[in-house]
Amino acid sequence: MAPPPARTAVAAAGLRKSYGDQTVLGGIDLEIPAGTVFSLLGPNGAGKTTMVKILTTLIGADGGRMRILGHDPVREPDAVRAQIGVTGQYSAVDGLLTGEENLRLMADLHRLGRRAGRARTAELLERFDLADAARKPASAYSGGMRRRLDLAMSLVGGPRLLFLDEPTTGLDPRSRRGLWDIIRGLVADGVTVFLTTQYLEEADRLADRIAVLDRGTIAAEGTADGLKRRVAGGHVRLRFDTAAGLGAAERLLGGRRDDEALALQVPGDTGVAGLRSLLTRLDDAGIAVEELSVHTPDLDDVFLALTGHGTGADAGAHAQNPPVHAQRKAAQP
Amino acid sequence: MTTLTHALGDSATMVRRQVKHMWRYPSVTLMLVGMPILMLLLFVYVFGDAMGAGLGGASGGRAAYLDYIVPGILLMTMASTAQGTAISVAMDMSEGIVARFRTMAIARVSVLTGHVVGSLFQALFSVAVVTGVALLLGFRPSAGPVEWLAAAGLVLVVSFALTWLTVALGIASGSVENASNVPMPLMFLPFLGSGFVPTDTLPAGLRWFAEYQPFTPIIETLRGLLMGTGAADSAPLALGWCAAVSVASYLWAKKLYNRDPSV
Repeated sequence: MAPPPARTAVAAAGLRKSYGDQTVLGGIDLEIPAGTVFSLLGPNGAGKTTMVKILTTLIGADGGRMRILGHDPVREPDAVRAQIGVTGQYSAVDGLLTGEENLRLMADLHRLGRRAGRARTAELLERFDLADAARKPASAYSGGMRRRLDLAMSLVGGPRLLFLDEPTTGLDPRSRRGLWDIIRGLVADGVTVFLTTQYLEEADRLADRIAVLDRGTIAAEGTADGLKRRVAGGHVRLRFDTAAGLGAAERLLGGRRDDEALALQVPGDTGVAGLRSLLTRLDDAGIAVEELSVHTPDLDDVFLALTGHGTGADAGAHAQNPPVHAQRKAAQP
Repeated sequence: MTTLTHALGDSATMVRRQVKHMWRYPSVTLMLVGMPILMLLLFVYVFGDAMGAGLGGASGGRAAYLDYIVPGILLMTMASTAQGTAISVAMDMSEGIVARFRTMAIARVSVLTGHVVGSLFQALFSVAVVTGVALLLGFRPSAGPVEWLAAAGLVLVVSFALTWLTVALGIASGSVENASNVPMPLMFLPFLGSGFVPTDTLPAGLRWFAEYQPFTPIIETLRGLLMGTGAADSAPLALGWCAAVSVASYLWAKKLYNRDPSV
């Protein structure tokens, strides 16, 4: 009866949730193909965690339909739970147990059996670089180690769908990159990843598709590049030999002219098709272009344009995260 | 069938978790057992002589009072352990690990049964230690093997009821601070019963409360078994109270744990 699994990992339609008068999610539609990385991007308070809690059976929705790996999380919660792994924003490890005991606990709860549980534990400790700290209580771990243990615990049961709720919030840049590598490795193994983040760079680096969540609604959805292209601020800059060329191009295309540089800034579609049609029009009009450059906005511009308030509102997140941002800016001169 | 074996297996896993916690942090158990021992020493050596004289027994004095208060002290020991349970449940609920358990395909109530069974071990241990201290101080019960076994059984039944109650209180309290205060009255109930003085020495209103509160028949049954004063009269009432508290608390705790945390 149920269609074969795999094709769609998460499907949601009209998902709503309110706390009293406050609408946290106001009708969310999602479709995530299996084997991809989907990122829900938004500032604090946008509703990301609520979304994850509903999809992972922790809380109920007020309305809407969902299917997780072919199952309804409301009517068949255990069928969903058996196939997902969840790493929340707050570490879900037992601080009184050692890293090894935490993993063994998960192995026992997944009923792996003694030998398989031991093997899986050893393998995960090795893979997450925790073998040396295996016998130490998790409460003594650093933030990055706790997060790795947390993620390792989510993987003991071999989930087909992994929810990562702000997995790198509060981590230093090095731990963050380490975690990104791990996540990429999981995707290579065929795991579907649902990632929430407030870091644009993280979504940009990891996600196949990004949905921008703003005050409980999805402001935009698409690939990182697609989102960037859709925003004002993406433009083509044309430079001409002569003022006559510049004038002719302006009459043809509009845009903003810069007389000093003999350049014209044309806003709009910066995709391949758009460029081709732009160049065709210039050719047909016999206008010679000296130089062409394409400017795509980064996701910061996207966010600002889509939500009207940018991520700067979220000062705390930036304060936690200056090194990565600084390095990123430096890397893109 | 498989649901039941899964529930048992998951509960066993959770019990192992609790036992590891206790094993790793024995100071918690020692603190819980230390309190009733201090009470025992206080009542025997500070108040014992005067209180013993008031009992009106032939031998009287400190030794008679020690024999009299041990059942009440043992009940206090169980209450003390149960209070620890409320705290550890509240701590658990505030940690992310329980959220993780909730997103896993495991028997839901196993988290709670793990706490209850773990606490039963702890209670048995604590009661054994306190009994040992009482024996060292000169406690001379008249119980034979059968009575000792029956007393141990009663300790288990009472602890089971108290622990389910404090598991529910631990969830309901919503914070670790509240969880350490809410079960406090349990520690005082032995005082407002036949734990430390015979109820007929109490003023009328208090006596009425003391005679009808659940700890009194439990204390009387325990005393009857240990001191040979007869348990037949109070035992049915004691067991009835335990059964009622167990069932009501279990249902309450389960409901609290299963409720949608967002509502």
